[in-house]
Amino acid sequence: MKESWLFAFDLMLVSTLLWLAWRALATPDLFKGIVLFIAFGLVLALVWVRLDAPDVALAEAAIGAGLTGALLLTTLAKLGAKSREHERE
Amino acid sequence: MNKASSILLFTVLAALAVALGYAVIFLPEQAEGLATAVSDQMGNSGVDHSVTAVLLNFRGYDTLLEMAVLLLALIGVWSLAPQSRAETISIPPASPVLLALFRLLIPLMILVAGYLLWVGAHAPGGAFQAGAVLAAAGVLALLCGKRLEGRLAGWPLRFGLVLGTAMFVAVAAAVMVGGAHLLQYPLEWAGGLILLIEAAATFSIGVTLMALFFGVRPITDQRP
Amino acid sequence: MTLSVLYALAGVGLFVLALHGLIVHAHLLRKVLALNIMGSGVFLIMVALARRATEAPDPVPHAMVITGIVVAVSATALALVLLLRLKEVTGRTELDEDQTPS
Repeated sequence: MKESWLFAFDLMLVSTLLWLAWRALATPDLFKGIVLFIAFGLVLALVWVRLDAPDVALAEAAIGAGLTGALLLTTLAKLGAKSREHERE
Repeated sequence: MNKASSILLFTVLAALAVALGYAVIFLPEQAEGLATAVSDQMGNSGVDHSVTAVLLNFRGYDTLLEMAVLLLALIGVWSLAPQSRAETISIPPASPVLLALFRLLIPLMILVAGYLLWVGAHAPGGAFQAGAVLAAAGVLALLCGKRLEGRLAGWPLRFGLVLGTAMFVAVAAAVMVGGAHLLQYPLEWAGGLILLIEAAATFSIGVTLMALFFGVRPITDQRP
Repeated sequence: MTLSVLYALAGVGLFVLALHGLIVHAHLLRKVLALNIMGSGVFLIMVALARRATEAPDPVPHAMVITGIVVAVSATALALVLLLRLKEVTGRTELDEDQTPS
């Protein structure tokens, strides 16, 4: 009984992961895409825990989701600022 | 992208997916890999946690090169983005909530980083995770508008960046004195050496990731 | 279907999905995003297959994936700075051959 519940949970994790990745790449708004990518990273950290890889989960949550997301958001902000500067000139 | 090439792309990628899926499904269900080899040698590694032993002892050379890769990335970033006198984006002054959170969270994050570093010897944790938490604390500080003062942003910063790799290389070379190979820690000192390397690496990884986030070389009052 | 196979197939799916995204999108930031997801797919395959060991999961792929995550973030940081520089020099966020005819 418990086995099938866990398997259902795994199926849900896998489908959430794939759906988040698809939406992150396909959405026209870049900001939304980056936020979905951060969410993807966090769900991936859950997946690492499920796969008995706690060290990888810690690294993924902090570096993969957190730092990469922060880098992407900062770059997006700088790209937006540069566009506005170009328009003003 | 026109319809024909779009369909072609889909077909090729679908074929790739099927091939990879086929390769994955027909792998044997149980495969030891290197698990038994690692657990047999755990007594000689100096730590109690298998992943830390692999990272810092059995495959220590890879970790050493990884720290060098971090430094290389930072050199690349600093050579592309010149030292700017003004910031490229104007950060609005930090809200009081953010500042209060900053004061609460930073000591906590440093404590968590220290704990993760220490516990890596016998439970999940280690240098990279601790360094990442330190980097997160640094990013929080940067987002609140804090900057390194001019004195600290020159040579002290560079020293902090290089410390991890330098310590690793120094230990790796020092153990060769007795005629051992590179990175062959003497048995009774293995645990202590690993902790020493991890401590230096944690600090360096935190500072390097923070510098990667900041993007440009910080303003120093010394001439570059 | 064992857990390892399920997650390894998920990793394959992520890899192919992100490869499609890498090829199709012209905006360089999207390409960086796609590359990161491709990397995550590969890590997922490695860790899922490491779980097939009998007692404890094989720690060597775990160590490799941790190394891979750190290398991926440094490569992403460098790629993003290159992107910003390209935007500064040419004013566009796409490579020359990807420009849509205006």
